[in-house]
Amino acid sequence: MAVKKFMYVNRKAPYGTVYALESLEVVLIGAAFDQDVSLAFIGDGVYELTKGQNTDAIGQKNFSPVYSALGDYDVNKIYVEKESLEERGLTLDDLQHLVWEDEDEDWAEKDSIRLVSRADLADVMAEQDICLSF
Amino acid sequence: MGLLHTVNKSPFESNTFDTCLGYAKDGSTVLLIEDGVYAATTGNSAADKIKNASGVTFAVLGPDLQARGLEGKLADGIKVVDYEGFVNLAAECDSVQAWL
Repeated sequence: MAVKKFMYVNRKAPYGTVYALESLEVVLIGAAFDQDVSLAFIGDGVYELTKGQNTDAIGQKNFSPVYSALGDYDVNKIYVEKESLEERGLTLDDLQHLVWEDEDEDWAEKDSIRLVSRADLADVMAEQDICLSF
Repeated sequence: MGLLHTVNKSPFESNTFDTCLGYAKDGSTVLLIEDGVYAATTGNSAADKIKNASGVTFAVLGPDLQARGLEGKLADGIKVVDYEGFVNLAAECDSVQAWL
């Protein structure tokens, strides 16, 4: 099976709607097919990655820890749009620190998150075979 | 007390928050719930609009803020309430307008 470039585009905040969780489920299912996967977080999607989420009081499952497991599924290209963070008063420090281990470099730990401009992300998007939007 | 307005949409995703502010008169309360809580955080355009809406009381539902990991980003002058506080606000105000 030829490897295709898949990009999952996340544009919704978590918990208020089910899009963020559904996207994560599809990413995990798709990870079993050994494709070239990347995730983009733009607009309110950047809120999916905030650290310190605690859903005890709203009676919903806190699925934010799952993002830190993506590296184990070879999902290690996570694009976060710079403009979206800035418009919301956020910085990378407000987000989880996501890492993956590089098998080719003696399992060296590397950052998964790539902070990119809107224009650069548009270029990456244009290189994809398939974009799935949530 | 005046009207209680609730907003449950992100200010960056829809115009619900802006519409609500246009209808929030002096003496009314705006309670931010669900994805509406993003309007209660610092360093964005919604924070400025809250600062400029004098005469209106702003509150945010704590559990929804905690769920989204944003307790540390709460803007000044916004009261945090729990579910009991939500009920109290609804009981104290003349009526509730839920902006969806």
